[in-house]
Amino acid sequence: MTTPPRARLVLADGRVFEGEGHGADVRATGEVVFNTSMTGYQEALTDPSYGGQILTMTYPIQGNYGVNDTDDESARLQVRGFVVRELTDLPSRWRSTQTLGQYLEAAGVPCIAGIDTRALTRHLRSHGVVMGTITRDESASEALARLRSEPAYGTEDYVAEVSTDSIYTFNHEAAVVVPENAPHIVVLDLGVKRNIMRHLRRRGCRVTAVPHDTGAEDILSLGPDGVLLSPGPGDPMLLDHVVQSARGLAGRTPLMGICLGHQVLGRLFGAETFKLKFGHRGANHPVRDEVTGRVYITSQNHGYAVDPDGLDSAVEVAQVHLNDGTVEGMQHRELPLFTIQYHSEASPGPHDTEFLFDRFLDSVRNKDASS
Amino acid sequence: MPASGDDSRGERPRKVLIIGSGPIVIGQAAEFDYAGTQACKAMREEGIYSILVNSNPATIMTDEDIADVVYIEPLTVDVLERIIAAERPDSLLPTLGGQTGLNLAVELVEAGILERYNVRLLGTPIESIRLAEDRAEFRALLDEIGEPSPQSEIVEDWEQAVAARDRIGLPLVIRPAYTLGGTGGGIAFTEEEYERIVRGGLAASPITQVLVERCLLGWKELEYEVMRDGADTCVTICNMENLDPMGVHTGDSIVVAPSQTLSDRDYQMLRTSALKIIRALGIEGGCNVQFALAPRPDITAWPGEESAEALEYHVIEVNPRVSRSSALASKATGYPIARVAAKIAAGKRLDEITNSVTGRTTAAFEPALDYCVVKIPRWPFDKFAFGDRTLGTQMKATGEVMAIDRTFEAALGKAVRSLEMGGRSILWEDPEWADDFPEELPATDERLWGLLAALRRDIDPIDLAQRTGIDPWFLERLGRIVALERRLLSEDLTPDLLREAKRAGFGDAIIGTLADRLPDQVRALREEWDLRPVYKMVDTCAAEFEAVTPYFYSTYEVENDAVPEPGRDRMLVVGSGPIRIGQGIEFDYCSVQAARALQAAGVQSILANSNPETVSTDFDTSDRLYFEPLDEEAVRDLLDNEAGGAEAPPSIVQFGGQTAVNLAGGLQRAALPIAGSSAESIDLAEDRGRFEQLISALGVPQPPGSAVRTLDEALPTAEAIGYPVLVRPSYVLGGRAMEVVQDANELVRFFGAALAERSGPVLIDKYLEGLEIEVDAVCDGESVLIPGIMEHIERAGVHSGDSMAVYPPQSLTPEQREAIVDYTTRMALALDVRGLMNVQYVIAPDADPAGPGVFVIEVNPRSSRTVPFISKVTGIPLVPLAVHVMLGESIIEQGYEGGLYPDRNLVAVKAPVFSMSKLIGVDTFLGPEMKSTGEVMGVDETFDAAIRKAAIASSVAVERETPFLLSLANRTKAEALPLIHLLHEHGCKLYATEGTAALVEGLGLPVEFVTKRLSEGHPNVVDVINDGTVGAVINTLEGGRPSHMRDGFHIRRAATEMRIPCFTSLDTARAAIQPLTAPGSYNVRPLAAYRDGE
Repeated sequence: MTTPPRARLVLADGRVFEGEGHGADVRATGEVVFNTSMTGYQEALTDPSYGGQILTMTYPIQGNYGVNDTDDESARLQVRGFVVRELTDLPSRWRSTQTLGQYLEAAGVPCIAGIDTRALTRHLRSHGVVMGTITRDESASEALARLRSEPAYGTEDYVAEVSTDSIYTFNHEAAVVVPENAPHIVVLDLGVKRNIMRHLRRRGCRVTAVPHDTGAEDILSLGPDGVLLSPGPGDPMLLDHVVQSARGLAGRTPLMGICLGHQVLGRLFGAETFKLKFGHRGANHPVRDEVTGRVYITSQNHGYAVDPDGLDSAVEVAQVHLNDGTVEGMQHRELPLFTIQYHSEASPGPHDTEFLFDRFLDSVRNKDASS
Repeated sequence: MPASGDDSRGERPRKVLIIGSGPIVIGQAAEFDYAGTQACKAMREEGIYSILVNSNPATIMTDEDIADVVYIEPLTVDVLERIIAAERPDSLLPTLGGQTGLNLAVELVEAGILERYNVRLLGTPIESIRLAEDRAEFRALLDEIGEPSPQSEIVEDWEQAVAARDRIGLPLVIRPAYTLGGTGGGIAFTEEEYERIVRGGLAASPITQVLVERCLLGWKELEYEVMRDGADTCVTICNMENLDPMGVHTGDSIVVAPSQTLSDRDYQMLRTSALKIIRALGIEGGCNVQFALAPRPDITAWPGEESAEALEYHVIEVNPRVSRSSALASKATGYPIARVAAKIAAGKRLDEITNSVTGRTTAAFEPALDYCVVKIPRWPFDKFAFGDRTLGTQMKATGEVMAIDRTFEAALGKAVRSLEMGGRSILWEDPEWADDFPEELPATDERLWGLLAALRRDIDPIDLAQRTGIDPWFLERLGRIVALERRLLSEDLTPDLLREAKRAGFGDAIIGTLADRLPDQVRALREEWDLRPVYKMVDTCAAEFEAVTPYFYSTYEVENDAVPEPGRDRMLVVGSGPIRIGQGIEFDYCSVQAARALQAAGVQSILANSNPETVSTDFDTSDRLYFEPLDEEAVRDLLDNEAGGAEAPPSIVQFGGQTAVNLAGGLQRAALPIAGSSAESIDLAEDRGRFEQLISALGVPQPPGSAVRTLDEALPTAEAIGYPVLVRPSYVLGGRAMEVVQDANELVRFFGAALAERSGPVLIDKYLEGLEIEVDAVCDGESVLIPGIMEHIERAGVHSGDSMAVYPPQSLTPEQREAIVDYTTRMALALDVRGLMNVQYVIAPDADPAGPGVFVIEVNPRSSRTVPFISKVTGIPLVPLAVHVMLGESIIEQGYEGGLYPDRNLVAVKAPVFSMSKLIGVDTFLGPEMKSTGEVMGVDETFDAAIRKAAIASSVAVERETPFLLSLANRTKAEALPLIHLLHEHGCKLYATEGTAALVEGLGLPVEFVTKRLSEGHPNVVDVINDGTVGAVINTLEGGRPSHMRDGFHIRRAATEMRIPCFTSLDTARAAIQPLTAPGSYNVRPLAAYRDGE
């Protein structure tokens, strides 16, 4: 039995966690955040919304079912680093093709295992998320000095990093046959997850993804029947150019905004966004629909939220988070436009709100009926 | 049909009737006391008046401060109707009393009683219950909503069963409708097995219906606990994965939470299915959905499509109520399912119910776990060596343990420690495996140990997985445990290795065994190297929010959540661990009462236990809860944590049965304080030699006897005492291995068996076959209060736990009463008892012609099985009294005085309840070894009414004209004569075996002869039982240990399987038959009305 190398996670506030090094033997720096979902590490690791972040999973045993060919949410691993209590090298699932450790190593992502992730979570819960670094070859003080010289999470635009460089047609799931005259949905890729596009395709849509900096006219020139503003990483206050595009789209085509897309649309309608102390990341977030009173369990992954104070009266807060009352969904009173802060595409997480894609497509079809 | 569901929503209930689950039986244990207690508390919080009925006195829910009115009465439609007529509740909560409560609610609806009294069902509508319980309708519903279920057919007679078999093909699963714990079901591989199980299942089902189903043996088995409120909000509380694949009842499976081998895709697929089902059923409250998921095809082959998107799965079963699994899920997550279900039933929505763990979030969320939970069932085969140990679809476990840690290995290791299986640590191996390791590893209670043993023999985990169907993930993990065992055996014990072993859940004792050290030396090393467990909180949210309920588990990590609160008055109550025969729910009752009494006295109560079913492990029973094994290591560790470097809080060890008492010595050696009777007092009572000296010095008589170590000593000792003698190993629980021995030959045989099992002395006592008496007492060092005397119906020789007991005593002379009080008082003072004590006496005037004829059989300086019963019928709060004594308040200061409390003007009978129909191959005769799993109480104004109710509640009631089969041993024939006459007078037709028939004929009474020789023609004894000719059996035994080979065994098993009363003691039979003389009425009243004459 070979003993894994020592590694440490050093936080910008000086707290140090000692553990074992796994995955790639590189240093990684990012904002340290925690996710409470008990399954779905492969989907989370490939979720572009984790761009610029070091992710810790609160469930202590990670890697149980290995890594398979179907569950990636983007073309690469998106996290900067991965922090776990235990990384299992003995997975069991019949479609598993490699261990989680091999997957991380091949992708160049470092992992630190064996640490008290509950202590880390409690620390982040009480002090707020913080920059941190995973290192094997530095002392804690060396790492801390280096960490302090690196840019803070909130100052970087990660969207440019994770978005597509060029326009492409999403054609996963070859078995799904999309007719020529199918509704055409353009996804403004701020860090889109594949499952959003799978949902649209499965519902019979042609799906085109465009880069984050595509202007409104360029999008409209593609002839969309609806536009979806995708989730993505980072501070929405840095995304003036996306707000600009959204302004050119609102009222001219049905819009749905998810997560970062929701925040961008919030800004479009006059709201500011603010940073949450430790964000919402997990598969158990209760959201109440203010109209029906029904509560949905949602999958969430965001560090910023829309402040409803500045919101245009044309937009209503349709859904709120049951735990902290933050805005979880907005509905325009006249335009075919709605947003959700959470991830109806799940993956990972509960499938309870998949029907929102139907709702979006209803507005797309109604537009056809009325035109 | 009464209004329910949508029509009545918003109309708040004001007065609700809650039905409990009755006696503890296999398949229905303490989890329903937990659920019912939570329900009553929830009603009180909602300002709703609650009426509770249960036949089981050993429950917290029947404490009079839990519900507004408490009835301890038999759970029958007749009784329920009378309660409804008297109390006029406006609603009934049917889903918290297990299958018993649910079935009764359905019967009440069907009898039109709810409608007549305008009582509506709360929560889940009756239609939903029927839909979920009726297999045909449920399958149709699944088809309708597109949820897959295994191919199956509903069968109501043998012909249909044959057709179903031919269509689906063997092997087949047989599941009877409306039975609990899978009673009467099984898996058939052969045609013979199929016929036997189908016929048994049809008999067991109250609607004569079984489901015959495609066998998914070897598929992964998963459970989801889901909830739904009236606004259609649905949440999943927990999913659980069975280590044992399909084929083993989930109650008999090792279970982990959350699932370990499911990807998010699999997890969400099943979650979505579960929510779809709870919506389609329209359940308002909790529900449990069981799934079979396709296994790895390289492990268990299965036919079907391999889709890249989704694995094949099938819905197996739904429980439209709270269940054993929901209790486990509640304890595993911290989410109080029963409480929330009760509030939903009262009209609340999930988002209107506070999450009492965080205090700020609501019940509308899904718990996130940041630990792994392992449950292991506790089986009774340590007591039933002849029982069939195979595990199948019929549950056999009496209880379970749960352990929590940050790795699977550690949780498993702690769970094994929690089982308290004596010598069976995680290292245990069957001696036979040494030479001949079995090729097959069938599902039995010993399989976990078999798997570890196989891995120690370098059998490949994948190979093992293929043999057992267990997912390789679990076997690889067991492999890590074995690998670490090897390192501990071969390497030097370094701080790193010790830390690794502790993080993998190795107890100090195991490490000591492997690394050749004493447990205390390992502990000393841990102290030297600063290796101490920290305690993490079960907070429902994986630390995302601050939590306010201190519910902890130990783990070897960095940060401690359980910061002690020294400076307060604090005490630890040590619980009683898993429910097993001999140590049941009564001890949990005492632990809960103790925690409450401490709180009421302003003392912080700390509780430690390992049993997820119980009220004691409810998060709001104590101020701090430690979910831990109850061994010396775990208890000392948590006390060290509580001490925080200063003084540890005192431990109360007298309420948690033998589990807790056994810790006294270790705690004392570690200089940890014990509240109440000292370790010295306990040792004095338990050490045979010391106790005898004390008793003789006091002049209290006990049957002559002594402790011996060898057969050479035993033979002359028994000769001197005179046969029959009672023999038993010292330090036994529940009379394990206790026997009445008639002669030297039997003594030789017993010794062989006893010596094989364990070393240590064997006790030999004169067997006095007299009236048995039991008392509980509380002592403060000066006064001794005896709340009441209990007289056993069966004479000495039947274990006290299996005897019917009556309060107040019916046949004692004043001198005998006086002697009992006098002896009890003197012994309590001499032992310096502080708190509770239980004494058993036998009345044998012939053996003591000069005196009152009262002999002490046993003294236990702790709470007993009868404490809840005697507390309830006398109204003397024994446990709180004892706790206050420990806090320094005398009995007199508490408003009571020493001596026997005056008899109440009522008669109460406690009757045992058995689970024998579930334990194939176990002989049911009553003897010195305890066999019952639960108890009921019948209380009324007269003895006849009380015993009649006890018989009804314990399912041994007979009626006038019930045909009886008699098969009597020679030694009991003379004594049986009056009883035979009585049966004849009651119009009971008599059937009898060879010798007994001759006896009845000799009395000049009509009798039908039936042969007991099964090979000699029909109808024989088994036939007349199986075809329903007879409705009850009296079968007495010759002395000695009955053999499996004898006819009597078949009579008793047949009666058990047909669920008809089978009396093996003439005393019990007499008690059941006597009341028929005046088969008048019995009362139905609140307990307090009988007791206080209200």
